[in-house]
Amino acid sequence: MPLPADTDVSTPKYLRDKYAIVGIGETTYTRGSDKTTRALGTWALRNAAADAGIKTSDIDGMLSYSNNDSTSATFMAGDIGARLNFYMDCVGGGSSTEALIGIAIGVMEAGLCNCVALFRAMNGFSQVRIGGTGARSATPVGGDMLHNRAYGWQSAGQMFAPTFMRHMYDYGTTPEQVAMVKVVHSEHASNNPKAYYKKRYTVDDVLSSRIICKPLHLLDCCVETDNATAIIITRADRAKDMRHTPALIRGIVGRCSKPRMDMHYQTGPISRVGGYYAKDILWPNSGVGPEDIDATGAYDAFTFTSMLQLEDYGFCKKGEGGDYVSSGITRLGGKRPNNTSGGHLCEGYTHGMNMVIENVRQLRHDIDDSCPIGADGKRQHTYDYREGGCRQVKDIELTANLGWANPMTTSGMVMRRG
Amino acid sequence: MTLQGNYLGMSLSIDDLDHENLDYFKYCSRHDFHLQKCDDCSLLRYPPTTGCPWCASPKATWTKVEGKGEVHSYAEVHHAIQPAFKSHTPYMVLLVDLDTQKAQPSEHESLRVVGNLTTPDGTLAPEEMVRGLGIGSRVRMVFSDVVDGISLPQWTLDTTAKQPDKPWRYPQE
Repeated sequence: MPLPADTDVSTPKYLRDKYAIVGIGETTYTRGSDKTTRALGTWALRNAAADAGIKTSDIDGMLSYSNNDSTSATFMAGDIGARLNFYMDCVGGGSSTEALIGIAIGVMEAGLCNCVALFRAMNGFSQVRIGGTGARSATPVGGDMLHNRAYGWQSAGQMFAPTFMRHMYDYGTTPEQVAMVKVVHSEHASNNPKAYYKKRYTVDDVLSSRIICKPLHLLDCCVETDNATAIIITRADRAKDMRHTPALIRGIVGRCSKPRMDMHYQTGPISRVGGYYAKDILWPNSGVGPEDIDATGAYDAFTFTSMLQLEDYGFCKKGEGGDYVSSGITRLGGKRPNNTSGGHLCEGYTHGMNMVIENVRQLRHDIDDSCPIGADGKRQHTYDYREGGCRQVKDIELTANLGWANPMTTSGMVMRRG
Repeated sequence: MTLQGNYLGMSLSIDDLDHENLDYFKYCSRHDFHLQKCDDCSLLRYPPTTGCPWCASPKATWTKVEGKGEVHSYAEVHHAIQPAFKSHTPYMVLLVDLDTQKAQPSEHESLRVVGNLTTPDGTLAPEEMVRGLGIGSRVRMVFSDVVDGISLPQWTLDTTAKQPDKPWRYPQE
């Protein structure tokens, strides 16, 4: 796609396409990794460097995010033989990936370093469970937590439920519509050999699974897995020397939030999420709109989160998210597939980074499905999306990732095929 | 010294330098609900903060507020995470729009006070009571006493108020 006339990468406002994701790395998505987060992280970082076609020692900047459940950049860097000119370990989960890519661009633009690796390493099943089970569930409740945890209001599903409920109340969204998010993502995962759950589910499967916290059934909730993921970002002019077609970064919005972050439910409508504000940064900065996007990666910690973000970022009218996610649009072969890897609901839980990795592969036209590999070393995609088949989106040029921390905070990113 | 108590087997505490929460829970422990009222713009706010979310003034006065309102939304927990709640499922976490300052200072804002659905004595509600309550239900504030200086504000059905014919509940029971 041609650059818009107003593109001027020399100005700080528009850095469209000046930086690119050139390397992506993953471990397996498992339960029971039998490895430390340090071992997982360096595994993913080495894979990302190999994917980019650079030496790990070419990495001179490092960013990570965690909730005290990982290993910091200081240990990762040495293990891959990198001396860093910049690093930062941030607190956070979902919505961190896109925001930290924004920070990576900022520090490179400011001349602090040249090649940034971003990683998330976690034993989300075998060490620190994200749902707050295990040791985390029994921690003492003090100070500001007396207004939430003291009421048994702690896990992500419990904290988000009033938003989800109110959306059903305000707009008549039905459990059957929302269940289609899981159905569609499970179809995608069935064509993803590395997905933790590859089974295809039906609406009935979702609605007959046990209730965890109304309105969430077990199958409305994402999987918890052990894994690490990494991304390498550098200037687009350096990307030419690397192995793959770069995924150019057109625009980012980072950790954009609703008012009253101390308790966002004080403002409303509470069925509105952070995307309502983020869309006014992401689309102008990217120079494109939702109608231009070929595939989305809308964070699916829960079925509802994908739907709410697609709605508030403007992929459909407010209140019509239930229709959108159950219409077939989000399915492979539909107009705008969502989470073609199966996402957090099926592939594995990484706090957002695997959804960015998936879209980078989509933009390379080199998704890792079961299609045969040709003489040029590239997969010969069939675009037959039946179970066990292809998951490459045909002729894809533009993707959007919509990251979610909670109903109030979101990050987003638009990427373009280089 | 930290103020500390035990609630359902869970340790609750407030640091002695956390004046906002100490004051808030001091009034709650007298079963006398108070919120901070901004000295400059006169708006009440919840939960306790160190400044006014609307005008940023740090000056506020604790002001008595009537504990009556309507359920705005809820979570109904069937699989408890915290050990303290495992024997109490299903339990409800309610977001209640207080009648005081409702839809102020703008249409979609209200004082939305969190609490569990409880019986009038502040005990987590039994399942049949949970099943009868939903969005639109009228509730009144009661308290669960933890220790001298900490009581948790809670919600129970307001039997003196006119209730909706059928409060909105998640369609699948």
